[in-house]
Amino acid sequence: MRILLVDDEADYVSTLAERLSFRGIDAQWALSGRQALKYLETEKYDLAVLDIKMPKIGGIELKKEIQKKYPNMKFIYLTGHGSEDDYQKGVADSVHYLIKPVNIDDLIKMMKKVMEGKD
Amino acid sequence: MPIAQYFKPAFLERPSPDNTVYKHTFNFRKIWKMTVLITAAVALIPLISITTIDYNVTQRALESEILLRAGRVASNTKRSIDFFLAKHKSVLDFLINDNTFEEIKNTQHLTEILNHLKTGFGGFVDIGVINSKGIQTAYIGDYKLEGKDYSNQEWFKKAVEHGVYISDVFLGFRNQPHFVIAVKRVYSIGEDQKSLIKDFYLLRATIDTEHFNELLSGLELSGMGDAFIINHNGIIQTPSRIHGDVLKKIDIPIPEYSEHTEVREYMDSKKNINIVGYAYIPDTNFILMIVKNKAQLMKAWYSTRSVLIIFLALSITIILGVILSMTTYLVNNLYTADKKRAMAMHRIGYDNKMATIGRLAAGVAHEINNPLAVINEKAGLIKDMFIYQHKYDKDEKLINLVDSVISSVQRCGNITHRLLNFARHLEVSIQSVNIRNLIDDVLGFLGKEAEYRSIKVIVDIPDNLPDMVCDRGKMQQIFLNLINNAFAAIESDGTLKIEAREKNSNFCIITVSDTGCGIKAADLELIFEPFYTTKASKGGTGLGLSITYGLVSEAGGYIKVESEVGKGTHFMVTLPYKHNRGKKEEKIANTLS
Repeated sequence: MRILLVDDEADYVSTLAERLSFRGIDAQWALSGRQALKYLETEKYDLAVLDIKMPKIGGIELKKEIQKKYPNMKFIYLTGHGSEDDYQKGVADSVHYLIKPVNIDDLIKMMKKVMEGKD
Repeated sequence: MPIAQYFKPAFLERPSPDNTVYKHTFNFRKIWKMTVLITAAVALIPLISITTIDYNVTQRALESEILLRAGRVASNTKRSIDFFLAKHKSVLDFLINDNTFEEIKNTQHLTEILNHLKTGFGGFVDIGVINSKGIQTAYIGDYKLEGKDYSNQEWFKKAVEHGVYISDVFLGFRNQPHFVIAVKRVYSIGEDQKSLIKDFYLLRATIDTEHFNELLSGLELSGMGDAFIINHNGIIQTPSRIHGDVLKKIDIPIPEYSEHTEVREYMDSKKNINIVGYAYIPDTNFILMIVKNKAQLMKAWYSTRSVLIIFLALSITIILGVILSMTTYLVNNLYTADKKRAMAMHRIGYDNKMATIGRLAAGVAHEINNPLAVINEKAGLIKDMFIYQHKYDKDEKLINLVDSVISSVQRCGNITHRLLNFARHLEVSIQSVNIRNLIDDVLGFLGKEAEYRSIKVIVDIPDNLPDMVCDRGKMQQIFLNLINNAFAAIESDGTLKIEAREKNSNFCIITVSDTGCGIKAADLELIFEPFYTTKASKGGTGLGLSITYGLVSEAGGYIKVESEVGKGTHFMVTLPYKHNRGKKEEKIANTLS
C-alpha cells in the first residue's frame, strides 16, 4: 500500500510519514498540491491523505484534480479544522474525515478500511 | 379559584419588575392604570358634569315655578280678601255717612238696615251704634248689648284713632267664629255743619266668617295645599286642613312683614318643608297664608330624578365596564406582543452569541490542533524509535515519559475535538443523537467544576435507550441550561443526578435532579416566564429557563418541575424519539411538495 500524504505543515507530515514507515507503510509526503501532482506523474499511489486547508490548492480541489487522472485512487481528509463547512464537504465527497491530532493506529485502521472499500 | 382569576390578565399577575433588569420594559400595570384613569376621566367627567348641571337647572326651574305659582295664588287670593273686606267696610261707611247719628241710633231704622244688609250682602250678624264715650247706644242682634261700655276696650281706641277697625276672629258669646268691622263718623254738634264743636260715633257690625272662609276653601291647591288666614300673633283665623284648628297657634313660623306678596320655605312641626305664599292684608291684623307641601309638589320631579340617577349609574357602569375590558384586552395584547418581541430579540442575540462562541471555539481548536498534531507526531515518533529501534526499549522511564506526553496531547485533543463538535452542532439540523453521548458532551465542559466544588455527578442512562432523532445543538442547549442551573443551585458537596428512562415507544424522560437550595412555591409557577429571575443581582436575565421551555416545546416535548426549598429540584424533560416538525415547517414542506 503506497500512501501520499499532503499537508503544508512540513514538521507534521514528515514525522507522520516516518512513523508510518516504522509500521511498514510506504508513505511519501508533499507540502503542497502542486508538489503532490508532480509526484503523481512519476509514482503510483493507492491512497492520498489530504489536508483540507492548504495555500493555493486546497485538499478538496486537489482531490478533484487527482481523481481526473487516477479515478481509482482513494482519499482521506485529515484536518485541524472541524468546521461544519469542512464536514459537509467531506460528506458530499464521500470521503473519510479525521481531525488532528489523530491517533496513528486510528489512522491506519481508517486507511485499511478505505482500501478494503468499506464504509 | 375565584372566577376573577380566569379573567385576570397575565400582566397583572406579574410581580413588580422594580427589582429586575427589565424594570423599564414591563411596567404594564402602570400603563393599564393610567389608561383606565385617563379614559374613564375623559368619558365620565363630561357625562357627570352635564347630568349634574342639567339636574340642578331642572330642579331650580321647578322650585322657582312652584314658588311663583304659590306667589300668584297668594296674590290673587289677597285681592279677593281685600275686596271682601273693602266691600263690607264701604257698606258700613255708606250707612254711617248716609244717616245722622239720630237716625241711625233709631232701633227701628237700625233693624231695617240690618235686614237689608243680611238680604243684600249676607254674613252680617248684628249691628250697633257706639257714641264717643264708648257706650253702645243702639244695638240690633241676638244679645242685649245696648248700654254696654266699650270705652276701655282696645278695638274702640283703635277705631277712634284710625277711623276704621277690623277685628281678629273671635268666638264671643255665640261661640261661633266671627269678626267685627267698625267705622267712625265725625260730625258737628248743632245745626251748622261748619261748627267747630265736633263729636263722633261708631257703627259696628259683626260678620260671620262663613262667607270669609268660602273665599279660601274654594281654592283648588296642588301639593296638599292649604289656604287660611292667621293674625299677626300666628293665631289661625279661618279653618286650616293641616296646620291647626281655628284660634290655635300655627305650627310654622309667622312670616316677616312685607307690603307685597312673598314666598318663603318653612319647616313645620312634622319636619315637612312647606312652600308658604303669604300676604299681609292692609289695615287689618290678618295674614293670608297659602301653604303647600314641597315634597308633594316635587313628587313628579323626584320620580324623574330617580330615573335620571338610575340612567346615570347604568351609563357609568357600562362605560367603566367597556373601558376596563377594552383597556385590559389591549394592554394584554401589548404585553404579549412586547414579551414575544423581547423574547425574539433575546433569542436572536442568544443564537448570535452561541454562533460566535462556536466560531471562536472552532478557530481556537483549529489553531491549537495543528501544533498539537505536531507534538503528537513528534512524541509518537520518539516512542516509535524507542520501540522499533530497540535502543531504548528497555528504558521504562523514558517510554513512560513519552507516553505521558502522548496522553496529555490526547487529552488536549479530546478537548479541542469536543469544542469542534459542540461548535459544529450549533449549526446542524436534525440528526440521530445518542442521549448518553449528548449528556457526556455537556458534562465534559463542567466536569472540572464539579470536581473542584465536590459535586457528585451521577449519570444513569441505560445503554439500550434508543437514539433520538432531533436537533443536537438545541438538545445541547436544553441540557446545558438545566445542568448549569443545577450547578448554580448547589452550594458544594451536593449531588447532580441525570437519569434517562423510556416512557413509551415514542417518548423518553430525562430527569435532571440536584440537591441544591430549591425553588419557592410562589416562584415555581413563574420560572418558565420570560424575564422572570430571582438572580437579577447576579446577572440573571430570566431567559435561560424560558428558552429551555421554548426549545423543549419546539422539539415536541414538555418540561415539568418539582422543587422543595432546602432539599432540591427535579426538572423532568419528556422528549419524543422522533423530531416533531413544527406546524410552520410542515406547512412550508406541504407547499413546496
